[in-house]
Amino acid sequence: MAITSRFVALTLVAAVSTGVGTWVAVRYVVRPQPPRPSAASAAAQAGSAETRRIKAALYYIAADGLRLQAAQRDVAYADGTPDQAKRILEALLGPPPPGMLSAIPPGTALRGVYLAEGGAAYVDFTAALQTNHPGGSLSEILTVYAIVSSVTANLPAVTAVQILIDGHEADTLAGHVDLRRPLPPSAPWTEKGPS
Amino acid sequence: MTSRAARATVLAAIIICAVLALQAQSPRAAAPYAAVTADGRRAVAASTVGDQEFLRLDDLTAILKVSVREDRAGHALTLTRGGTTVVLSLDQGLASIGGRLISLSSPPVRDGSRWLVAPDVVARALSLAAGTRLDVRRTSRLVVVGDVRVPRVTIRQDAAGSSTRVSVDLVPRTTYTVTQEARRLVVKFDADGLDATATGGSQGLVESVTTIEPATLLIHLAPGFASFRSATVPLDATSSRLVIDLMPAGGGTQPPPSPFAPKPAEPPPTRPAADMSALVASQTPALRTIVIDPGHGGDEIGTRGAAGTLEKDVTLDVARRLKASLEGRLGIRVLLTRDEDRLVPLDERASMANNNKADLFISLHANASLRPDIRGAEVFYLSLDGFGDAARTLAESPKGTPVPALGGGSRDIELIAWDMAQARHLAESAVFAGLIEEELRRRVEMSARAIQQAPFRVLASANMPAVLVEMAFLSHAQQDTLLGGDEFKNRIAQGLYDAIVRYRVRLETPPSKRRP
Repeated sequence: MAITSRFVALTLVAAVSTGVGTWVAVRYVVRPQPPRPSAASAAAQAGSAETRRIKAALYYIAADGLRLQAAQRDVAYADGTPDQAKRILEALLGPPPPGMLSAIPPGTALRGVYLAEGGAAYVDFTAALQTNHPGGSLSEILTVYAIVSSVTANLPAVTAVQILIDGHEADTLAGHVDLRRPLPPSAPWTEKGPS
Repeated sequence: MTSRAARATVLAAIIICAVLALQAQSPRAAAPYAAVTADGRRAVAASTVGDQEFLRLDDLTAILKVSVREDRAGHALTLTRGGTTVVLSLDQGLASIGGRLISLSSPPVRDGSRWLVAPDVVARALSLAAGTRLDVRRTSRLVVVGDVRVPRVTIRQDAAGSSTRVSVDLVPRTTYTVTQEARRLVVKFDADGLDATATGGSQGLVESVTTIEPATLLIHLAPGFASFRSATVPLDATSSRLVIDLMPAGGGTQPPPSPFAPKPAEPPPTRPAADMSALVASQTPALRTIVIDPGHGGDEIGTRGAAGTLEKDVTLDVARRLKASLEGRLGIRVLLTRDEDRLVPLDERASMANNNKADLFISLHANASLRPDIRGAEVFYLSLDGFGDAARTLAESPKGTPVPALGGGSRDIELIAWDMAQARHLAESAVFAGLIEEELRRRVEMSARAIQQAPFRVLASANMPAVLVEMAFLSHAQQDTLLGGDEFKNRIAQGLYDAIVRYRVRLETPPSKRRP
């Protein structure tokens, strides 16, 4: 038993040092950076701190109904990755651009965004994301990847997104897509819109 | 008195268990594996301990140039190569790399002065130390090192009339040459090795099929053979089938009809299913149990059509129709994850299939879209999106262990953690999804994206080929009406039935080796 705990202790020491390293990286490397121009061409625009806005690619249901399409939209600028992710998701929860459909069920609100080591973001929504969902695997896939892609496409520091409901891990939104782990964006479900 | 008797019984039981455990713990030699590397093949000794197979660690580390040190104080093995170190606990199935824990099926086992490790330790821990992918293939007893090309090859022979067809399924697609040398055909694949099942067996114009290293197939020809022709047909995005028709002298120039001929513009007559039923009847059944999963249920109604059709009702209705025809016409054991209107958690659905040793898992659903004009059926199999992260956080989830099966015994899911059991059936799931898509397309309207992959929870832990079928869109007014009636549901059930028959034909040749 003592031997086992030594093994575990060694592992813990290593884990803690990895964690500290990540915290340092997040605190001093990631945080001071404004959202960099990314593949989705998010770019800070001129203006004062309060009115500064960036262009971000937000994902909506495409005209063919079978996949997501990016639309370039103005999003409030925020300092640091978690806050910028929040602004992006809040914009995604708003009305879609003309001719496009939002994949997010009505009444959904954002509770918070947390960043973990390894590039995973945890995005916490109110229960409406689940209870107001129309169901059907296609709708569910599009809802999940609209959230995942809107975050990852604009924030290079985030490579995967896990959706939480009311602060808790959720099995699925409507009985299909596995939400037990952070999901990376999935190319087959998204297509780049005209920028 | 009673308590003393009970205590004695418990004591006796503990002693018996301990004796049995001791017996089970001594390693017995098993057939060796071969490690396939870019430089050639090297033998890797294997042993069986209890029910589980282990590989000899020093055989592997010698090939991979990984050094092994026993840390007696830490009661661990340290595997090092370059700057990378993986620590294997000797007490429990745990490895540590860079402060990250990996849950494993079993700790290393000592065999004299050597160490034995389970296949998942090779694939998930040793591979990290070696900095290369290691793929342990049990049926062909290969350890595939790095990016060497070792396609999975499944060979089947069908004698039809005077000619004989040899079908070779290749995953992934692999180029080859076929030449005739005296009384045999030599099929040389552009690969470093073959992960082959079902060689041998004499049928029609084939005396036997054997393999020679590294990647050649020999088809030994029976007297009466005159000529052959070969063709490749794609099966799905990643696999293909090499079909070799052997023709006898005089007559018989007509090869058997191709069940997988490239699809012409109009659907071919529905002949294959009938032909194959006859073929199936004469052989050992390789498909014994199918679990059908009617999606949703109880309070969880799924999606709802404008006319009031509920997804949970439609899925159960079609599942019952399919069960009746499979049991009545094929004699296959069919289980439904629910046969009434009740809520069954997603994990229970897959575990029911695992516990009953199902050979196929089919989850039935009806779809919905916010755009009312979207229509058509879709067939899904699992995508591993996100599983990369899962592998890293496995320490939090229960490790893979033998799962108790109903009626005694157990089913081993030793290689991959419970919630990733589907990972190693993906290639077969893709093939099965392809067959369903073809059969449904003959009968019902398909979506513009008929075959897709998605990270569906109900498929992730299924330890057998598994698909999810979206029959139609309840959000489409016309399809909503169709799903409410008999005819459409019968067409879906018939399409699934024919796809299952075709999949069974595929399984027939290697009945013993196809079982996971």
